[in-house]
Amino acid sequence: MPSDMTRDAAPLRVSVDLNLCQAYAQCCYAAPRHFRIDGREALFYDPAPSAADRVDIERARLACPVQAIRVEDSQA
Amino acid sequence: MVGAGLAGLRGAEALRASGYRGQLTLVGDEPHRPYDRPPLSKHVLLGHLPADASRLPSDLTDDVTWRLGVGARALDREARIVHLTDGDSLPYDRLLIATGTRARPWVHEDEAKLANVFTIRTRDDSAALREVLAARPKRVVVIGAGFIGCEVAAVCRELDLKVSLIDPAATTLSRVLGTTVGGMIGEVHRKAGVEMRFGSEVEHLEHKNGRVTGVRLADGKHLKADVVVVALGAVRNIEWLDGSGLSADPGGLDCDEHGFVLDDQSRPDHAITAAGDVARFPHPLYGGRRVALEHWGHAVAQAEYAGRLLAGLEPAAPYAAVPNFWSTQGTMVVKSAGLTDGADAVAIVQGDPAERRFVAVYGRAGRCVAAVAVDSARWLPIYAEKVATAAPFPPTETATDRPLRDLEIQDPGFA
Ligand SMILES: Cc1cc2nc3c(=O)[nH]c(=O)nc-3n(C[C@H](O)[C@H](O)[C@H](O)COP(=O)(O)OP(=O)(O)OC[C@H]3O[C@@H](n4cnc5c(N)ncnc54)[C@H](O)[C@@H]3O)c2cc1C
Ligand code: SF4
Repeated sequence: MPSDMTRDAAPLRVSVDLNLCQAYAQCCYAAPRHFRIDGREALFYDPAPSAADRVDIERARLACPVQAIRVEDSQA
Repeated sequence: MVGAGLAGLRGAEALRASGYRGQLTLVGDEPHRPYDRPPLSKHVLLGHLPADASRLPSDLTDDVTWRLGVGARALDREARIVHLTDGDSLPYDRLLIATGTRARPWVHEDEAKLANVFTIRTRDDSAALREVLAARPKRVVVIGAGFIGCEVAAVCRELDLKVSLIDPAATTLSRVLGTTVGGMIGEVHRKAGVEMRFGSEVEHLEHKNGRVTGVRLADGKHLKADVVVVALGAVRNIEWLDGSGLSADPGGLDCDEHGFVLDDQSRPDHAITAAGDVARFPHPLYGGRRVALEHWGHAVAQAEYAGRLLAGLEPAAPYAAVPNFWSTQGTMVVKSAGLTDGADAVAIVQGDPAERRFVAVYGRAGRCVAAVAVDSARWLPIYAEKVATAAPFPPTETATDRPLRDLEIQDPGFA
């Protein structure tokens, strides 16, 4: 996971409704650098992925069977 | 919108999505655009995310005005004006109050100011605690074994730090889940190496040269600590409403069944709604009992409802979303639907606590009122549906591996 300290301004924003998420891990296959499952079902995701990864992120969003992933792309 | 957090943001979006095209201003006393708090007690502390990474996605465009780093100081409902801390004032036609909560501070004000004593509500809180944890303290003491306390204790163990969890109750999470299920979850933390001090109350923080050195318990025992995390719940941000004539106290700002705020004569003000952690409202699922929920999903759902109301759309029905939340404690995921308040029975309907994977359903007077899933997210919706429909308790069809006659009905263990 990238982890520089000025992430607030990143144009791509992601949030996952973890009430909805059922750890199907489809997002992890679609964008393995930004979504992962720890343990049995603890989803960890990067809320501020780099703009270069927008295709992966969009693929993850579409792959989620419960539509739990929300994305803002202010440069799209 | 006063309060630029999760509820303020989602409320503003709902207002726009409902067709409102007029002026829209979001006032927030934090200097940041709305950001997500759940990572602050989890991945930020682990060092997996910087504290400033969780600004929330939004579809608001440039046609809104942000007043950030400025608080609302007072509300004049007669004149329909919000007075700001910088001396400015904002007139309104419609107002959403979403000022949320703040961490309940440690009881002794002077001790709360000591170096290495933390609460967690904002991203600055979390960044500061992360820095100290990264320096590998010898022992962390967490005061309060609610959700945030459990999350922080689990993070400490993941970082291989010594940690003690102290609570006057008999188990972790006893207030929300009762001692039966709370104890099952506490057992997971104990096995992970969290030192549990239950039935213990911290009386004072000990210190030297302005820095915390330990805690003194009510029974006179001392515990060394170079970091203390105070996780004693939250206080509602309602002080700015003093003098507004609205009915509010530290337990919340009162609303009617739609979310319109009530004045001190219990009359709704149809120009003002409230949403998120700050709001207290009668929940139809629970016999109209007034509840205030501090849950992410609730902040979103109630703000969306409130935004539509403010746009003038007629509500189809009172706000009645089933309360739900999740908590990630180490790699264990605890999720719940419904409210356990007043539950008189609980049954494990799926899985096995010994394997750290189960669903517990709570009953009250023969109806399902809540369900809690530990590492069993996929099973929760079935039971959430039973809660939403107040289905008979114990639930009739349960796991195929568990015929009804084998269900053990237990006392949930609420004080
Ligand atoms: C560390 C942490 C972890 C959490 N983890 C989970 C979780 O795992 N699952 C879950 O379901 N929920 C979790 N929550 C709860 C969830 O984050 C809250 O329910 C949610 O943030 C509520 O949103 P809100 O907009 O009502 O309030 P807030 O997010 O508190 O937003 C209110 C905003 O209003 C501002 N404000 C206050 N007073 C004024 C004023 N007078 N003028 C202007 N602005 C003001 C505040 O500074 C704040 O920015 C967690 C909370 C915390 C703190
Ligand atoms: S695809 Fe959706 S449900 Fe599955 S893990 Fe990702 S967010 Fe969760």
